[in-house]
This record gives sequence, C-alpha cells and structure tokens, in this order.
Amino acid sequence: MKNLSYDIIIVGSGAGGGTVAQELSPLCAGGVRIAVLEKGPKLRDDEFTGRELEMSQVLYEDGGGFLTADKTMTLAFGCAYGGSTVVYTGTSLLPPARVIDHWNVPGLTLEDIEQRATRFKIENNVQLVEDRFINENNRLFVDGCRQLGWESRQFPVNLRGCRGSSLCNLGCPNQAKQGTNRVQLPKAESGGVEVITRCEVLRIGDRELTVRVSEKAQGAKGEPSAWEPGEYRIAAKIIVLSAGSINTPALMLRSGLGRSLPRLGHGFTSHPAFIMVAEHSRPITNAVGHPKSFYLDQFAERDHFVLETCMYFPFITAKSLTGFGAEHSRFIRAFPRLQMILVLACDDIDEHNRITIDADGKPVVHYRFTPQVTHGLVKGALASARIFFAAGAERCHMPVSSGSTTIEARDAGRLEELTQESGFVPGKIPVSAAHLQGGCGMGRTSADSVTDSVGHVHGIPWLYVADASLFPNSLEINPYLTIMALADRVAETIRKDAPNLL
Amino acid sequence: MPDKDGLTAALPVLPPVRRIFRAVVATVVPEAAGLSDEGWCDVEHMVETALRNRPEAMKRQLRLAMRGLQWMATLRHGKPFTRLAPPLRGPFLASLENHRLKIIRVGFWGLRTLALLGYYARPEAAQEIGYTADPRGWEARGIAASENRGAGPA
Repeated sequence: MKNLSYDIIIVGSGAGGGTVAQELSPLCAGGVRIAVLEKGPKLRDDEFTGRELEMSQVLYEDGGGFLTADKTMTLAFGCAYGGSTVVYTGTSLLPPARVIDHWNVPGLTLEDIEQRATRFKIENNVQLVEDRFINENNRLFVDGCRQLGWESRQFPVNLRGCRGSSLCNLGCPNQAKQGTNRVQLPKAESGGVEVITRCEVLRIGDRELTVRVSEKAQGAKGEPSAWEPGEYRIAAKIIVLSAGSINTPALMLRSGLGRSLPRLGHGFTSHPAFIMVAEHSRPITNAVGHPKSFYLDQFAERDHFVLETCMYFPFITAKSLTGFGAEHSRFIRAFPRLQMILVLACDDIDEHNRITIDADGKPVVHYRFTPQVTHGLVKGALASARIFFAAGAERCHMPVSSGSTTIEARDAGRLEELTQESGFVPGKIPVSAAHLQGGCGMGRTSADSVTDSVGHVHGIPWLYVADASLFPNSLEINPYLTIMALADRVAETIRKDAPNLL
Repeated sequence: MPDKDGLTAALPVLPPVRRIFRAVVATVVPEAAGLSDEGWCDVEHMVETALRNRPEAMKRQLRLAMRGLQWMATLRHGKPFTRLAPPLRGPFLASLENHRLKIIRVGFWGLRTLALLGYYARPEAAQEIGYTADPRGWEARGIAASENRGAGPA
C-alpha cells in the first residue's frame, strides 16, 4: 500500500464535490494541497456517443440498474467525472419556501440558498430554451395543461450551445450541459486541485482514507487514472464527503461512524417516479430537442406529485411500461407518435427508508412505498392521462389500471374509474428514482441528524458532508442547484475553519 | 483489478439457460420470434454486456429464476416453460407478474427487464420502432440549432 498526504480530500465530483472543489481551489495558491477522488472515469468529449447501453454502462453506477433491497425500485445515479451532473437534464430550480421551512434547519434560509444559487445560475448559463426549439412532446404537455386550466412552467436549464440531441441522460454528446464536469471541475483543476478518477474510497479513519485505484481495462472508455492502480493510504487534515445520498452514508457506515451517529443512513427520500406514455395519431417531434422543458407542480402540496416532460430511449421506455407482449409492443412501435410525462411522488422521510451496508460494506437501500407515495403516483398518473387526452392523444398507457393497461380516448371520461390505487403493485409497476436525498441529514445534534447546518459532521471536527445526503427531507423539485448552494455553505465554513485545521 | 466499465472477460450468464431465456424474450417481445440466429446473438450480447460487471450472486439468481420458471410451469401445466405452446406462455408469465408473492413478481420483473434490454438496446430495434434521436439534434432534421442561444437568463 502506498502512502500519500493532502491537506483536503473531497470524495466525489458531482454537484456537491465539484462545487466544493471550485470554491476551495483559491487555497491552492497558498500551498494547500487539495484532491478530488472520483470513482468513475473521465471521458473524452468524443466518447459521448449517445448510444443507450454503451453510455449507461460507463456513466451510471451499476449501469443504471442499482436496485433497492426488495428490488421494487431502480435508482439511477452517475458515476463519472462530474457525478450525476453528467447525466441529468440540467434543470435548475430553487425549492419552494415551504420545503425549507419544513426542514427547520437552524441557520438555513431560502434567502441564503437563493443568494448562493443565483451565482451558480449565472456561472452555469442557466436559461430558458428558446420557444422555437421547444419540441412537440413538450408543447403537447403545455397545451394539455392549458386545456385543463393548469399552469405548467418552463424549466430553467443550464445549457450552452445545445443542439437538441435529446440525449441528456446519456451524457450530452455535444458538451452543452453545464455540469460540474464542464464548469466547476475544470476551474478547480486550473486553480491547482487534483482530480483523481477511477479512485474508490474504501473507508475513512481518523484524518485518513484508504482508497483503491482501478486500472483502465483495454478498450474501455475514458482516461486512465492519474495514479497507478493499487491501494493507497492518504492522510488528510480535512475530508469532505460528496459521494451522494447512497455512497456517502455507506462509506461512513463501513468506516464505523454509525456508532456515534445513530441517524446515519436514515431519512432517505428519492421522489419515486414512473413514466406515462401516450400515442398520438401523427408523428410528433419527441426524440429531438431538450427533453425536459416543462413541469407542473401545483399539486405537490395537496396530492404529493409533480409532473415533468421527458423523453427516454428504447430500452428505458420499454422497461418503464408495465406488462409485456403485443399490447406492450404496440406502444413501443409507435415511438415517433409517443408523448411522455414523468410522474414524481413527493415522499416524506419514513423510518424504514434508509441506507445500510451489507457484509461486504456495499450500500443497501431500504425503501417502501408509503401510502403518500402511492397516492402521489396514482394521482400523478391520472393527471398525466388527462393532459394526454386534452392534448389530443388517441390512447395512453396506464400502469396503475384496474384492468387493461391501455386506455382509449373514448374512455377518457372514465379515467377515475379506470385508475386505481389497488393497481399499484410493487414489483410489477416499474418505479425508478434519480433524485436521491438524505442519509446524512442536517440538524441540531447527533440525536436528530448527522451534520449541523453547514455540513459539519457532529463530533468530528475534520469531517464534512456536501451533497444531497444533507437534505433532512425531500426537496420536491430537481435537486442539483440546492446541492450546489449547500456545498457552497460547506466550502465557506471550511475556509473559515481552515486556519485551525490545516 | 477491473474497473466499473472494464471489458475484462467474465463467464457468460446465458449459455446454461439459453433456451429458457429465448423463450422468455419471444413471449415478452413477440417480434423476437422472427429474429435470425445473428439477431439472437446480438440480443444475448447486449444482456451479457449489461451483466458483465454485476455481482456473481446476481448472475446466479438470474439463472435460478429462469430454472424456477421451468419448474413453476411444470407444476401448473405439467411441462416446463420451454415446452409450453406459445399461447400458454403469455398467460403463464402474466400470472407471475401479478403473483401474490412479491418475490415472484420481482423475479419475473428481472427476467422481463433483461428480455427488454436484449431486444431494445440493439441499434436494429431503434430502427424498427422509429426511434431517431441523433447527436446532431435539430441539425439532423435540417434545422440550424447553432442559432439556439436561449431566451436569455432565467
């Protein structure tokens, strides 16, 4: 085992780690040594092909097929230089005030989050997609909402030079999405921060980490790691964990920190989601243009769901429809005529839903669908079907149907009757989640939380958390901008603490 | 030590259960019945690629699930799944999808996912279903996206 020494180690390079790296990089000019350790590879620009299986395998943890313990939900999260910011759609929202009020974290206000996020919105070129580049999949959503008297909103997105490939979730092949891989990490590196890819952190000890660097296999995508393959012990005066809501709690648990932090791993939420699909009588522009331009959140508080436009790829679409056989094939073979909506449930923390580790120290995600989540998904499915038919769809796929999963337009008046909560059967209905939150929630003491309001782990002066695992409850919107704002708070605290710790 | 995207050779999952797997795929995706030998090789290649870096325990579970399918069909119909007449296969799989035991539903869901992955992750399938996404985006459809500068700061 080789030994190395750094002043600050940041674990993970997504919205949290990338932001902390950038914000701490000015310290390098004063001789502070900082490294980011990233488990995934760094791809060259020309390696982003947009091919579904090829890109999923290389950019997502477990190829995008990470399952919860009872295997009823798939969790999608990135594992590459830039973390999940490589594979999201760039949606850049701030949370509703009521969510931050409900979090009730001392010293954390929406104003503070907004102030910090505004800077990142400018830095990441957040904008609205120009109207003439909105595709019909999105327009039909807006039209359907308007017909129903509902107010859809346009997503601000962090794009620069978007060509409308629609392949955001497979890593933008045109490098238009302004994730940390395009903005914060390059800036951090130019300021003197080292980014070490293919480097998995096995455990942390008292101001040290044990890591394993993997060899780049022959023919694999991405650059080799800057370090030789093998195991390393790294001394660090400050450690910042930004490995995400699954891997940060898991790393802390396998490092034995659960004994002094009883809430570690608890409070996991994820916005469980499924895809609704409808068929129109004519081809529409769907697999071109930014896929996620509009959303509807007016039912979040009452019925616990948010709707977003979306457009996925052949396998993910096929997997996301319930059932199989001829009825299933009929929808897939209508791809050029398909409209899609993503239904996200707003889930509250539940004592069962948490991260643990198995005998090998690998993360295990326990998640059960609470009545609130089931209600949100079913109500969201119903609302989506209404939007589809209001927009002129001929038929829609209804995963939570009491009978056939196909509902024809002539039956649009019977949607309430045809859509039932009893139709939500875990293990049958394909549910997935990409907004993974909690596990190291902020709060007051170790009795109610893992960190304080600035990501400082209770009782461990050299350890910080800066990712979505800090969320004490679900955010109800796409999380990346909030993660960046919280990471900025953490970085600010580290800069203040540095004279005592370094 | 192979990394997450490594192409290191791993033992293939499907050969011991190939007949069962193909029968499942052809039931889940009826169009698969028309695949050539080469097409089936592509389907299996997709699945093996997706499973290459997954834990051995998971691969064993998948093989076990396919063998369990044979056994459950024998219990219900007196013959294994691969020997059931095609019209019986769909209703049998539907009974697993809707089974009262979650473990059975989840097991079938896993097989169904692999079947869909094998079939629809192939480039040929994208052509079949009319999926036309292109990295060049709007330009591939004759619309100059270089003018897409956004509607101003949000």
